[in-house]
Amino acid sequence: MKKIILPLNNIDIKKLRAGEKVLLTGPVYTARDAAHKRIAQSSKLKAWKLPIDWKGQTIYYAGPAPAPKGMPIGSCGPTTSSRMDRYTPLLLKLGIKGMIGKGNRSEDVKKAIIRSGAVYFVAVGGTGALLSRRITKAKVIAFRDLGPEAIYELELKDFPVLVGINSYGKSIYK
Amino acid sequence: MKIINASKITDTVAELCMRANYTLRPDVKKAIQKAAKREKGLAGYAMDSILKNIEIAEKGSIAMCQDTGMAVVFLEIGQDLHIKGNLEKAIQEGVRSGYRKGCLRASVVEDPFGKRVNTGDNTPAVIHTKVVPGSRIKITVLPKGFGSENTSTIRMFLPGEKSGAIEDFIVETVKKFGPNACPPLIVGVGIGGTSEKAMVIAKEALLKPVSRVQPALRKGRARSRPDIDRGGCQVSELANRLLRKINALGIGPGGFGGKTTALGVNIETFPTHIAGLPVAINISCWALRKATTTL
Repeated sequence: MKKIILPLNNIDIKKLRAGEKVLLTGPVYTARDAAHKRIAQSSKLKAWKLPIDWKGQTIYYAGPAPAPKGMPIGSCGPTTSSRMDRYTPLLLKLGIKGMIGKGNRSEDVKKAIIRSGAVYFVAVGGTGALLSRRITKAKVIAFRDLGPEAIYELELKDFPVLVGINSYGKSIYK
Repeated sequence: MKIINASKITDTVAELCMRANYTLRPDVKKAIQKAAKREKGLAGYAMDSILKNIEIAEKGSIAMCQDTGMAVVFLEIGQDLHIKGNLEKAIQEGVRSGYRKGCLRASVVEDPFGKRVNTGDNTPAVIHTKVVPGSRIKITVLPKGFGSENTSTIRMFLPGEKSGAIEDFIVETVKKFGPNACPPLIVGVGIGGTSEKAMVIAKEALLKPVSRVQPALRKGRARSRPDIDRGGCQVSELANRLLRKINALGIGPGGFGGKTTALGVNIETFPTHIAGLPVAINISCWALRKATTTL
């Protein structure tokens, strides 16, 4: 299976085909509904200064379960990506190159992906226990008050995903 | 009169929350194993991931999905049972302690239209109570994730409606939302009652065993059963027809395409008003989690 090191680089991105299985290794940032809302507000109002430079980074749409004793993280699978659709063109403008989630995206998002030369990966919905075994480190880096919706920096090791929509807009969804 | 302490109920609810989230219902697990054999390619890969995930969760006592849901608690309380203490508090305390001890995610926010502050312990649970004869209490915990709950839909059909329109409504709803709800799905349908009753029975339908073929037809003795004479036969035929149509959509496991979009369609009915025909849909992801105990 193809292995990709994060943060993504443009050469790797261009070669990805829709439906291709890939193992990801490297850092990603979790963000779901509440974090997206704050990122959007902070980009407008500079209300929150985030300790992250989004350029080239990958966002994982996930809100992990608490870590059991001796584990870096609890169950941590993908959440429904389409809820983030309204914020995604902005996040792509801020520089993100990759997204990991589940389910289809809107036409607007697909166009923004093509424009930015980005990629949308999907993981199998509901397999949070399995996926948690491929996360070696987890640390909250912003919005701790949001609990499971905080932004975590995760370190992935051979994290299994499919290419859902590639940088040319080819999608596995009808 | 039998007496039970509320603290006993707290402990039981806590245990049920953990059990439901770690260990998949045997009937659902079996349905997934069977369906996995029919899939190949990306669908086969998704089924394989799901089966491995079930193993890891069960053996490692960790939540099979990070969305450990809003806890929906169904109570059947015997009318001759006396509960010493505050039942509502006992259940909320059970959810609080089960979710904290079990490393289950706190996914509930207060003030839904306002600040949406996480309550930190997954309370409050949604509680449905029935009073039944006897002196026992049956407690069922159904952790309901919102990837699937967000797809819930109700339509108030009129009695003159062709049955085809109802089928189309259900199939269209699955088509629209299916890929987001973590397929293979279990589709709960509630027909009849009032609007809120239809939705409650659609959810209760998810508590029934999951099977590809509805039992009334499979056993071939449909006509001899009194419940069938009240329309049960049409209902099981409808369920089987719906399952065929839903699986023909080709959404497949993980939404990656394939034969198994749904593992089963469960329908509950309730008498309704002469002027109405409510139809409610409550879908579950493959991780249809449920744990039950009777005290």
